[in-house]
Amino acid sequence: MNLTRRGFFKATALAFAGSMAYELSAQSQAFAVDLHNGEWKLVNTEEYTNICCYCSGGCGSIVSVRDGEVINVEGDPDHPINEGCLCPKGAAMFQLRNIVDPATNEVVHNPERRTTPMVRRPGATEWEEISWEEAIEGVARRVKDTRDATLIEKENGITVNYTPAIGSLGGSQQNSEEEYLILKMMRSLGLVAIDNQARV
Amino acid sequence: MTGHYCDFKNADVILTSGSNNLENHPVSSKWVQRALDAGATWIVVDPRFTRTASQADIYCPIRPGTDIAFYGGMINYIIEKDLWQHEYVEHYTNATFIMDEGYSFDPETGFFSGWDESKKAYDKHTWHYQVESESEWDTSEGGSFAWVKDPGVPEFTPPKVQVARKDPTMQDPQCVWQLMKKHYSRYTIEKVCETCGMDEDTLIQVYEAYASTGAPEKAGTILYALGQTQHTYGTNNTRIMTLVQLLLGNVGVAGGGLNALRGEPNVQGATDMAMLVFDFPGYLRWPNVSESPNLRAWCESQTYYGGFYTNKPKFMVSALKEWFGEHATVENDYGYDWLPKIPKNGGDYTTMGTFHLMDAGTMKGYFAWGQNPVVSDPNSAFNRRAMANLEWLVVADWVETATASFWRAPDMKPEDIQTEVYFLPAALIYEKSGTIANSGRWLQWRYKAVEPVGEAKPDYEIADMLWTKIVELYKAEGGPSAESILNVKWDYYVDGKIDPRPVAWAFNGYKVASSDMKSAKMDLLPAFAQLKADGSTACAIWIYGGYYNNSDAPLDPAAQPVGRREHDDPGELGLYPKWAFSWPANRRIIYNRASADANGKPWNPKRVLVEWNGTEWATRNDVPDFVFQTANADGTNTPVAPNDNAFFMKPEQHANFISYGLADAALPEHYEPFESPTKNTFNALQNSPLMKFADHPSAKKGDFGEFPIVATTYSITEHWQTGAQTRMCPALNEIAPRQFIEMSMELAEEKGIKNGDEVIVWNNRGEVRLNALVTARFRPLTVNGETIHQVGMIHHWDWTNMFSTGEVVNDLTPNVGDPNSFIPEFKAFLVDVKKA
Repeated sequence: MNLTRRGFFKATALAFAGSMAYELSAQSQAFAVDLHNGEWKLVNTEEYTNICCYCSGGCGSIVSVRDGEVINVEGDPDHPINEGCLCPKGAAMFQLRNIVDPATNEVVHNPERRTTPMVRRPGATEWEEISWEEAIEGVARRVKDTRDATLIEKENGITVNYTPAIGSLGGSQQNSEEEYLILKMMRSLGLVAIDNQARV
Repeated sequence: MTGHYCDFKNADVILTSGSNNLENHPVSSKWVQRALDAGATWIVVDPRFTRTASQADIYCPIRPGTDIAFYGGMINYIIEKDLWQHEYVEHYTNATFIMDEGYSFDPETGFFSGWDESKKAYDKHTWHYQVESESEWDTSEGGSFAWVKDPGVPEFTPPKVQVARKDPTMQDPQCVWQLMKKHYSRYTIEKVCETCGMDEDTLIQVYEAYASTGAPEKAGTILYALGQTQHTYGTNNTRIMTLVQLLLGNVGVAGGGLNALRGEPNVQGATDMAMLVFDFPGYLRWPNVSESPNLRAWCESQTYYGGFYTNKPKFMVSALKEWFGEHATVENDYGYDWLPKIPKNGGDYTTMGTFHLMDAGTMKGYFAWGQNPVVSDPNSAFNRRAMANLEWLVVADWVETATASFWRAPDMKPEDIQTEVYFLPAALIYEKSGTIANSGRWLQWRYKAVEPVGEAKPDYEIADMLWTKIVELYKAEGGPSAESILNVKWDYYVDGKIDPRPVAWAFNGYKVASSDMKSAKMDLLPAFAQLKADGSTACAIWIYGGYYNNSDAPLDPAAQPVGRREHDDPGELGLYPKWAFSWPANRRIIYNRASADANGKPWNPKRVLVEWNGTEWATRNDVPDFVFQTANADGTNTPVAPNDNAFFMKPEQHANFISYGLADAALPEHYEPFESPTKNTFNALQNSPLMKFADHPSAKKGDFGEFPIVATTYSITEHWQTGAQTRMCPALNEIAPRQFIEMSMELAEEKGIKNGDEVIVWNNRGEVRLNALVTARFRPLTVNGETIHQVGMIHHWDWTNMFSTGEVVNDLTPNVGDPNSFIPEFKAFLVDVKKA
């Protein structure tokens, strides 16, 4: 197999060697090459290829990781479609996870992101944080009760097994395997109302 | 797309229409630029002088929603001036086919033949060909369809093979060519200009430039996006572009095709995977009560008499085998009955319809997976109020979207809303692995780089946790049709943990008897050609066959076709056949038989996709998308000499000008948008007779007298969709901090509005406050003798987000849509504006 440079990096999972001190704060602005203490900022990183999460161009990106944290996201120069380029949105993909806190100039996880399951109870004015177990149990119970109360098994002598009372929307943001698992779950529950971003 | 992004560089003429590709699909501009560097001409047709238009050779303004008039005029021009590609049209399309004697279109009424006023639908039997002869499939031993009799294949009566009557001279008044010619003869330059608000000289310049690609060696490509599709006749907008491309011989050639620049990273995958009411994975049809209440009926109604779709039972049985595993047997119709059947009113379950169902109290629970409908769907304020009727809502996303927090929108009172809302935190794209499909049908692999932040989880893990819990509840408590759930095969685990790779095996397809998911020992199928209808193969989505087929390393995506990263480029056409995998069968340009003439000689020797050398298809720079050889029992192959079956996904294996495929028109015909500033002068109907949801009280049609400004919506480069993702990125807010309404200098002066002023925009559905962006990019148009003003709004904001908030522009857009795709009409509606 004729490995490209990136393929080689991925295949060998270039080992992280060292615990060099570095400042992340400069990273969100300069995406390609940066000097820090005379070192290339991407030294001792593992590289993982990915595909952009915006339009449907399928541009390749490289996510550089050190110590289990994303250091940089940039266009993949070996990718035949974008040849290393990214648009403003793609170039800002790093900030989906990490941003610079203007108060401290430290790199922090993006504070706009929600990373804990939450529930908003009927009539409540605020969210409450809950565990995954509580969230999954709560949703599964709701699904079963609604399905069981509304499932139509036969209509005009035809076995139909559908519920008009539950809908599932979305999928274009997920990977294909996730789309299939969501679809398989929803259809198996008897859903008809399945739709995604294909229309918006 | 029939082609792919890198292929744009091969075009001689590029027509961007209903897309602002430079701003919204920035990477496309790289490939358009390559074409321009090689001497191509670029035409942009758009209501606004976009940044894309500013780079083009020819810019032609158009009133939103009048694309069929524009393209109908182009068809008329091409036929009148004899600029069409004769050999292509005569051999590869249905132009020579003779239609049913009852087929007609009457501009005096606006209807095609078969309209049933009581049913408000077409009886389409006259939209078919006259049949010259019928024959049976050869299902005898050794026959082409012997597989139908194999043990394990569900019983069904094969379709009758039909041969249509044809007139090779294309003179018969009832042949497709003559009917089409007559249909579009009404689309004169003068009438098109009056309807579209165009200038004659510019229009002729556009027609002339684009029609030049009718020369056999020339290629023209059309790039389009939501500007074409988001109309009450959006499907016919895309069809009429196909008609133009077929007339000019531009489908199936390098640098040609009809290329939808789709708006989401994996919307292609979601469409492939059938996350749509009527679809089954791989562009099959989900079972429904009317035509496919059981497996026999499915096979009989869906299987084509000719072409590649004669194989549909193989795809369906393999998919059922994947769905239900060992529980799927020939005796129980492979579990078909357990699947839900779409009821007669299936369209009511598409997105707009689901909000009507919430409003009516029918729909009680709702999932939103990374989608934000209270901002992205039309008539958003109605949608928010409808959602308050839900008993429960589940949102899986990265941020607290407006959908997750609909209950505390500025116009809602949380105390009054009894909906229980769950928010499930999802992993980012680089916090998980899996397959993604781009608009060019390339399947590529994303590698997980880091663990998700906090407790966020990949959606596949969320789905698995939920499914596992639901199954546990049904095991413990039972319930109606519990077997539909308990018989589902769900074994996508590696080392006991849910994992996308076993799902990839299911996509690719495998032999059931010699595979074991549990131990990751898989007998993956080389390609979908090996799928069987007898239950011996399992495959979730036939079109992905071959994308992950290396049985030696099932756990290593880098060792699979999807993970390839080589740059070979045979023919130097940017095909890159060893980079990732393009469905189907790694074909980069589909219908590529049509890249060569009737004798198999390429139209253009510099753009060779496939070539017949007199004895075989010796040059195959792309994977042939036609039957180029047949396999013999001894393992050898016999080449198949060139024939006219260039479109083998159709039963007649010829591309369709007139078609029975759509609900509302056999040939695209101009109708006005739901809310229009003028009268339809092409036929007696103002709107498409099958426009969806126009009668629902929430649609609240606005009248031109009251709302005299044509509005459309669009996106900017720096933000995306509802802004949930991009407004969380400080850098992007810094470049593009707030929303605006763009208007012409003439309209601004008339309304006393200055650049930057806050203005109120309103119609019957809502009201928003935005800042005015006064530019020369919008110009008033003269439509049927009247001056029409246009405005455009970007729609990336709502009340959520710590960095940047704004108004929901989709409060104004009408929740009406197309009867085929159920897409809403975002791109042409009426408003009024005034200074705040």
